[in-house]
Amino acid sequence: MSKSVGQSKLRVDAFDKVTGRAQYTDDLCDARALVAKVVHSTIAHGMVTAVETEAALAVPGVVKVLTCFDVPNYPFPTAGHPWSTDPAHQDIADRLLLNRHVRYYGDDVAVVIAQDEVAAVRAARLVKVTYEEYPFVLDVQEAMKPGAPVIHGELRENNILAHTQLHRGDYEAARQEPGLIKVEGWYDTPTVQHCHIENHICYASMQGGRITVVTSTQIPHIIRRVCGQALGIPWGQLRIVKPYIGGGFGNKQDALYEPLCAWLTTQVGGRTVKLDCTREETFVSNRVRHAIRTHIISYVRPDGSFAARRIECFSNQGAYASHGHSIAAKGMGAFPQIYPCDNVEGDAYTVYTNRPTAGAMRGYGIPQAMWAGECHIDDVARALGRDPVEYRRQVVMPQGYTDAFSKNVNYYDTFRQVMDKGVEAIGWAEKRAAYAHQTGPVRRGIGMALFWYNTAVWPISLETSSCRMVLNQDGSVQVQTGETEIGQGCDTAYSQMAADAIGVPFEQVHIVSTQDTDITPFGTGAYASRQTYIGGFSIQQTGRLLRERILDYAQELTRQTRANLDLVDGRIVRTSDGQVLMSLGELATEALYSLTHSVHLTAESTYQIKNNAYSFGCSFAEVEVDIPMCKVRLLDLVNVHDCGSLINPALAEAQVHGGMSMAIGYGLSEELKFDPKTGRPLNNNLLDYKLSTTMDHPHLRAYFVENPEPTSPYGTKALGEPPACSPAPAIRNAILQATGVALDEAPMTPHLLFRAFRSAGLFDEEGGAGHV
Amino acid sequence: MYDIKALYEAGSVAEAVRLRVEHPEAQIIAGGSDVLVQIREGRRAGVELISIYGIDALRGVTLDEAENLRIGSLTSFSHITRDPLIQRHCPVLGEAVDQVGGPQIRNIGTIGGNTCNGVTSADSASTLFAWDAVIELTGPEGVRRLPIADFYLRAGKVDVRPGEIQTAILIPRESYENCYGHYIKYAMRSAMDIATLGCSVNVRLSPDGTIARARIAYGVAGPVPLRAATAEAVARGQIPSRALADRFARAVLEDIHPRDSWRAAKDFREHIAVETARRAFCESVRRAGGELA
Repeated sequence: MSKSVGQSKLRVDAFDKVTGRAQYTDDLCDARALVAKVVHSTIAHGMVTAVETEAALAVPGVVKVLTCFDVPNYPFPTAGHPWSTDPAHQDIADRLLLNRHVRYYGDDVAVVIAQDEVAAVRAARLVKVTYEEYPFVLDVQEAMKPGAPVIHGELRENNILAHTQLHRGDYEAARQEPGLIKVEGWYDTPTVQHCHIENHICYASMQGGRITVVTSTQIPHIIRRVCGQALGIPWGQLRIVKPYIGGGFGNKQDALYEPLCAWLTTQVGGRTVKLDCTREETFVSNRVRHAIRTHIISYVRPDGSFAARRIECFSNQGAYASHGHSIAAKGMGAFPQIYPCDNVEGDAYTVYTNRPTAGAMRGYGIPQAMWAGECHIDDVARALGRDPVEYRRQVVMPQGYTDAFSKNVNYYDTFRQVMDKGVEAIGWAEKRAAYAHQTGPVRRGIGMALFWYNTAVWPISLETSSCRMVLNQDGSVQVQTGETEIGQGCDTAYSQMAADAIGVPFEQVHIVSTQDTDITPFGTGAYASRQTYIGGFSIQQTGRLLRERILDYAQELTRQTRANLDLVDGRIVRTSDGQVLMSLGELATEALYSLTHSVHLTAESTYQIKNNAYSFGCSFAEVEVDIPMCKVRLLDLVNVHDCGSLINPALAEAQVHGGMSMAIGYGLSEELKFDPKTGRPLNNNLLDYKLSTTMDHPHLRAYFVENPEPTSPYGTKALGEPPACSPAPAIRNAILQATGVALDEAPMTPHLLFRAFRSAGLFDEEGGAGHV
Repeated sequence: MYDIKALYEAGSVAEAVRLRVEHPEAQIIAGGSDVLVQIREGRRAGVELISIYGIDALRGVTLDEAENLRIGSLTSFSHITRDPLIQRHCPVLGEAVDQVGGPQIRNIGTIGGNTCNGVTSADSASTLFAWDAVIELTGPEGVRRLPIADFYLRAGKVDVRPGEIQTAILIPRESYENCYGHYIKYAMRSAMDIATLGCSVNVRLSPDGTIARARIAYGVAGPVPLRAATAEAVARGQIPSRALADRFARAVLEDIHPRDSWRAAKDFREHIAVETARRAFCESVRRAGGELA
């Protein structure tokens, strides 16, 4: 039989998305909806003492103004994690729908509801908020100092949200070994935002005493739970609908404005209220990626082996807990695994500050961890006078390595395989040699970085997937899952898996893209690069169930021996002689309209997954550095991934390109900046926040090593987030080769290069003349 | 949804002038790539607008009787870049405006709007300063012309008087004849960006190969675009050389005064100003057919 899995099938939503037929939240919203505008705080930290609403209420078209004094007192958590029935593992509930105690510049203080956007915006400008101002703190280590302003006094006596430790062997004793070389560095990553095309938007209305929220989210079933918690109502009173969304990248793996919007409709008699974030709000009042400062010390023997290693991570949480310590913990967890060492010590701190709230973002702590770890490994190789690739081959995780906690196994020698492929693709040896001794103002360099990643969230959290399939009269099949299409292409991958599991052509599968918590099977949504891996279990199981029911019915119709019947490419086949007995369409029509035995053929099942899978790879970058102009031009970028067997090679390649693109901005240009005097965000728009453009990209090259993942029914594992994890340190290491300057702070902007090159004396070295 | 109180559309220059007189508070809008952004940001919320975008007479590039280049104020950036007269007489202007934003902005944005917005970072402005452009305004009293340096009053403020609209930008024949230039936009990314610094240089060589005239102007080196007269004097009459390029470049520090802001530090902008001056000077000499000794 022909297989769909493994083929580059055209995306099931391709034509609808490029022609504009695909409907997103704003396309679906009733044009008569009321419009809500949030009034944000204009101080970084303080207590709201009064909100004057008279002027706002006087604006024609304004329906209602609600403030932080009006909201129900149900503190709620926002992280898009599966709910834990164990209180000790539940996410931190540290905010209300609108907050009197404002904790960052941009916090939510009040809401105007009006008949149209112009009236709402005009009125929001007229809401006058009076504050009692408190001191504020933006820097993570400043926030840890005694005497720093305490941001959540109701939960913590200081700003440390969480502190976890890592102990293996005896670090203190091991570092006393004679003859060790000490390599130490501090590595910084910036606050960045996801910058998905579609800003967060949702609308809510009431009918029959229940609230419906249509929202641009990655996690509809989790949103239902959080809205229930925030409003203090039974979760079944809520219905969440997730249509097509214009990207999420983790920002929408969080309850954003859905709880507020759900409450707003209850305040205007159930009328539809729409809350559509501007880009400026999306930057500040949604979620950002944690800025993490990392300190690494390695004690290395002259032969390159590690005697002892220590890591400290300081993760800037911002104002509210959101995903909290999960990010720093995941990052620190990678440290002892990627380069195993017998004596390791680590501390990870997640710390409240008066910055925008950090949540999930593509990579979930690993882009930060790889920035620190892979910059540091190049520093170690340099201290030893070793080639960075050859050195990594010596010290990286070996085949057969098993992680004690996750029970993940490195079944293949993936790291060395991906490095081999990358080395060949970029021409490592030749270029590394050619760029070894350059002078002059414009110099080239080549660098690389590895990344560690694991798929999904088991055993830290629940992994489960449910699927429903319904056979139509013509033999086509509807497929529903709780996992969500967020642009990554899982609708297409799922259609391929379902086609093979049932035994029908790809075209006969109709994936239901929209999740509606009233009708979609339970699932926790799109995050942790889990969709293809986790979804595969329930899709295969459910497809086989449906197939068995179809064949049972075929036995009734054909009176053939059951064991001799099979479903191949949408046809009932007698396996003993290959005879096609009937089409699935004929069977389905008979099944639904039969006067003797009418049956609606469906299947539905849940699969709980108690496995996880490593997903590793690397990046190679080639740069040209114009030293006097303080500019880096990226000449080539190669990513190599082992994400198991590819379900859809074309979509896999596209996924890698997107991640590389995000990482280019992360490494070279993107950073949300704040005024140190006021805490005000300075560049929360797409002009001043330097998202990289296609003109800043080289031709992006993606390669794969396809080692089938033994724990997956389709041999697949994570690919959504991994591509964003290693390009930035690879670029840094290429700049290091080109200039001899080790940059330890991302993004490596011209501003940073100017200071670093000046400190290194590179401008003087070049002199003035003769180098244009 | 934009917070606009009223929109008056002018079909001709005369009608635009009449609307300007009738609605003195109204804001002129051409392509809208600046004005609409300002309305959305709230800076011009509730504004009355006079649209001049439909006045086709203000589009296109011509040579007038005196062979001055005349650029209609509504000419879009993409049309300027592709215009044969611009390509023949002042290609650097076409190159400069081809670095504005992205393709959509270059199709809607106009050179008149770019200059009337009054910002120092406008990609057309430094080149227009470096080529001694003349601004033409038409108002109730008729036509008024003034040098571009006088048109910029201060940051964000240009000399458009009540009742007037800008109708053309002229580059005098004496200014472009036998002149060759180069513009370097220094920005943080290669598209969709505003200049951290813009440097436009042009030179005219004498028959003996010496520099008859060198002109250099900057955007973002002060609150409005500006010329660096000291550097121009350093180059005048000299034989082009790399050493001269260095002296020319360093001399710009006498005349520029960039800001220290969160967008870029003063010392960084000064460093880039010198480096871009050096490179733009060398490239201009090369384009003029000269050699650097």
